[in-house]
Amino acid sequence: MKVTVDGIEVDVPPGSNVLQACEAAGKEVPRFCYHERLSVAGNCRMCLVEIEKAPPKPFASCAYPAAEGMVVHTDTPMVKKARRGVMEFLLINHPLDCPICDQGGECDLQDQSMGYGGDSSRYEENKRAVKDKYLGPLVKTVMTRCIHCTRCIRFSTEIAGVSEMGATARGESMEVGTYVEKALTSELSGNLIDICPVGALTSKPYAFTARPWELTKTDSVDVLDAVGAAIRVDARGPEVLRVLPRLNEDVNEEWLADKSRFAIDGLRRRRLDSCWVRVDGKLRKASWNEAFAAIAAKIRATTGERIGAVAGELADGESMLALKDLMAGLGSANLDCRQHGEAVAVGRRDFYTFNTSIAGIEEADAILLVGTNPRHEAPLINARIRKRTLAGPVAVAGIGTKCDLTYPVQWLGEGPAALSALGTFGEALAKAKRPMIIVGQGALRRPDGAAVLAACWKLASETGMLTPDWHGFNVLHTAASRVGALDLGFLPEPGGKDLAGMMGGGVDVLWLLGADEFDMGRIGAGTFVVYQGHHGDAGAARADVILPGAAYTEKTGTYVNTEGRVQRTRLATFPPGEAREDWKILRAFSAGFTPLPYDTIEALRARLEQVNPVFARLDLLPRFGCSDHSGPGGEGGLGDAPFAPVIANYYQTDPISRASPTMAECTTTYIAPLAQAAE
Amino acid sequence: MLSDQDRIFTNLYGILDPGLAGARARGDWDGTASILARGREAIIEEMKASGLRGRGGAGFPTGMKWSFMPKTVGDRPHYLVVNADESEPGTCKDRDILRHDPHKLVEGCLIASFAMGANACYVYMRGEFANEAVAFQKAIDEAYDAGLIGRNACGSGFDFDLYLHRGAGAYICGEETALLESLEGKKGMPRLKPPFPAAVGLYGCPTTVNNVESIAVAPTILRRGAAWFSALGRPKNAGTKLFCISGHVNKPCNVEEELGIPLRELLEKYAGGVRGGWDNLLAVIPGGASVPVLPKSICDTVLMDFDSLREVRSGLGTAAVIVMDKSTDIIKAIARLSAFYKHESCGQCTPCREGTGWMMRVMNRMVQGRAEPDEIDTLEQVTRQVEGHTICALGDAAAWPIQGLIRHFRPVMEERIAAYKAGRTMPMAAE
Repeated sequence: MKVTVDGIEVDVPPGSNVLQACEAAGKEVPRFCYHERLSVAGNCRMCLVEIEKAPPKPFASCAYPAAEGMVVHTDTPMVKKARRGVMEFLLINHPLDCPICDQGGECDLQDQSMGYGGDSSRYEENKRAVKDKYLGPLVKTVMTRCIHCTRCIRFSTEIAGVSEMGATARGESMEVGTYVEKALTSELSGNLIDICPVGALTSKPYAFTARPWELTKTDSVDVLDAVGAAIRVDARGPEVLRVLPRLNEDVNEEWLADKSRFAIDGLRRRRLDSCWVRVDGKLRKASWNEAFAAIAAKIRATTGERIGAVAGELADGESMLALKDLMAGLGSANLDCRQHGEAVAVGRRDFYTFNTSIAGIEEADAILLVGTNPRHEAPLINARIRKRTLAGPVAVAGIGTKCDLTYPVQWLGEGPAALSALGTFGEALAKAKRPMIIVGQGALRRPDGAAVLAACWKLASETGMLTPDWHGFNVLHTAASRVGALDLGFLPEPGGKDLAGMMGGGVDVLWLLGADEFDMGRIGAGTFVVYQGHHGDAGAARADVILPGAAYTEKTGTYVNTEGRVQRTRLATFPPGEAREDWKILRAFSAGFTPLPYDTIEALRARLEQVNPVFARLDLLPRFGCSDHSGPGGEGGLGDAPFAPVIANYYQTDPISRASPTMAECTTTYIAPLAQAAE
Repeated sequence: MLSDQDRIFTNLYGILDPGLAGARARGDWDGTASILARGREAIIEEMKASGLRGRGGAGFPTGMKWSFMPKTVGDRPHYLVVNADESEPGTCKDRDILRHDPHKLVEGCLIASFAMGANACYVYMRGEFANEAVAFQKAIDEAYDAGLIGRNACGSGFDFDLYLHRGAGAYICGEETALLESLEGKKGMPRLKPPFPAAVGLYGCPTTVNNVESIAVAPTILRRGAAWFSALGRPKNAGTKLFCISGHVNKPCNVEEELGIPLRELLEKYAGGVRGGWDNLLAVIPGGASVPVLPKSICDTVLMDFDSLREVRSGLGTAAVIVMDKSTDIIKAIARLSAFYKHESCGQCTPCREGTGWMMRVMNRMVQGRAEPDEIDTLEQVTRQVEGHTICALGDAAAWPIQGLIRHFRPVMEERIAAYKAGRTMPMAAE
């Protein structure tokens, strides 16, 4: 369709609205209520434009469909007058509290009032005041500032899938809120802060902390789940003050899950900022040399096969490779990255990645969830599935513990038996052109995990999920490090021990690279434990030597998300105190043995690519179909235990979120009442 | 002057039996099957030829509105929705149809639904109409029992169901798309147009929303012919219309008259004239609260139809004639309307939500004169900033009475301000 905007002819796809046409022509149209990912409300009336050959009045461009040959004007006196009028109305009841408003400096109303606001107010009456609402521990409200754009209502209803926000009363008395005052039960509630164009909804933990122009902004990648959402880390000096989502259509669109956004106050607490060595049963502060000497002494007295290493869930690719190379130099084959004994098949990469890709969910027409609660394991993937369910008919079925995923799910059963009794969903699968299966960790963290994985692959193969141009087999990971670790082969080498084998005295020296998720009591009493990481969590408490490492905001680390997408975090702040980047610690330690053959991060990355060429594909994710139906081998039969959820508390899943006061408050608000109700 | 045999609503005052027997005696339900037998196209053409303009206020040609519905019923059903949410201040015409002549509406619903291929019709009635709902439901039940509606309505082979739905008392739900939202069980907030209800209406299906009076006159027009109807009234303003005369007249009443009757004749013939005589007239709001007020000088000669009133920058609206004599505090009267619109604004879009409150507050000060003279201009500009910038017409409706006031009574407002500044208090109208 050809549309002319201010004399510029643009070509827009059918179905576009006038506002999109104006943007295509490079004309900025002010707006408050319009948001490209939400339904059109057309209520702020700021985006008014003039359309030729239409009634001589301004039209709301967001709500007016563009048509072939339409001639639009965005800068006529009528348009300017209309927008000024609307701006004046928006401001008459908006408090003049910008100096104490957290939105100041990044406020749509502030910005647009520079263009369309008057220099003084003609409104002589009293301004409206509205009682603030309680929306939980994450979102702070100052409802007097609300301009009733209803973005938050539409976001929570449409994207988050919780119809908890709405408007009560009418006219001037209209108030946005939850009616029954309670915390929003969404893992995406932080996005309300971003979409609110004014300071009505702001971040509660970040309140009165900083101004946007004081912050250093660093583009990075989130690692608190395996989605790998694009984030921007805002820091002032040594402190990370907030994390905001960045646009990445393929992964997180422009949303971010609450844990990823709010757990960052955990980066300032319980940090390991110096080396510690256990002397006479007590940890004592030590220098790097003392710590290294203590470890070296122990290792020199130990043979290679009595040394083991475990990589944790937040470990980056570089440090895992350095640790693996170090272990190889020491003659150890005992490596593992799985702290819960989950089954994996590494024969082919598509056995352990999310092959459909996150954006590919939108093309699927039947979705089977096996042993997973994506709402807690990957809220942004859950939001994609919900987006798919809203876009058109799609059959979604689940096997596992019933839960509210914000869209209708046909629950087929709780255990592996349901994999062979799909019932009516089987018919939907047969009809589907692009069916997909998502296998969660709940299906794999069990003795028969390998058999379940094989059964899921077999099901995918038999129900048309694997075709040369569509790969519908997906494994959903929960650990940001996992796919990278599998790509590097951070698994027992031939003859080596897995995590279970290293427990109970299976090794004499155990090197934990940020591994905190398994029960430390299982480690043999005589095992010498080296904990390398950034938080004083379970692993550090058990350690004989602690080496302080860097968190994900303090290093440039390579992470591979559940799709197999290789991404990098960037250094936003420096590690605290004596802490150092993890690969450098390992490189320095190796100097006393077989020195690792890389002195720079570039050399280490070259080594990464040498080990697995996928690490060269930074930020790119080619999608493959599946022509080879031969599946992962899975010995043994299927058990009949139900698939158990892997995340009991979404808000505390890793050392950072466990150290976060905000996440602790979320746990008190959201998880404790559930636990009480269950009793 | 309308002759008695040309009256459509022959039981407007409830003197005769409103039931089915009485309605049949007055000619309702006579040959309904043969009207349906003419077919959809013929009925719509006849309605177009009659020149009937919608009686709800906007005056859009009814036949043309019906013709906007898809010609054939696709996979989505069609609906007729009758707007009986009569809430415009001063208006009480639909109420008398519903309680005294309900069968005219029931028959009209059948015929109009047939003409649009709708097998179901909803009548959305304002919540405050308690007895009217009972009376209308009785008429529906009678029609079902007599086989006039329901399966094979009137033996025509056409299946038709009629439902009465009662609102909860919000003026905005009389706006057609807000009405559809409310009918769907949502908050009554007007929808964006396009798409128009004829394409995407009730439950996303093609829908036509008509006023009670528009539908109720349709059977009589089809029985007596478009030529008869279009011969009444004035060109482009055909037919008869119910006028609701209230305010400072000796005998307030509802009356059916031809469009184009002079206002003065209407008041003097049916309502017993203005209290204290014609010269005691101050102003008239000719079409319900939302149209601009007219001063006596215009009332002397103006004709009561859509186009004549538009020429004097007012409107026929619902033909609710509100008469004010010289005892009226005109500023206070209009301020009361501003309070009404502030109260009834749905709050969805900015200019109306914020503008109605602003206008009301300034108007309240204007009543006392507690303002600066240039605030009259500010007020006028505020009404212009609301008018035409909103999703629905409520913003316009809130703006027009004030514009009418400023246009015709600005000296009164200035005098009030001057008096307040001088410390004089104005004689107030009796409450």
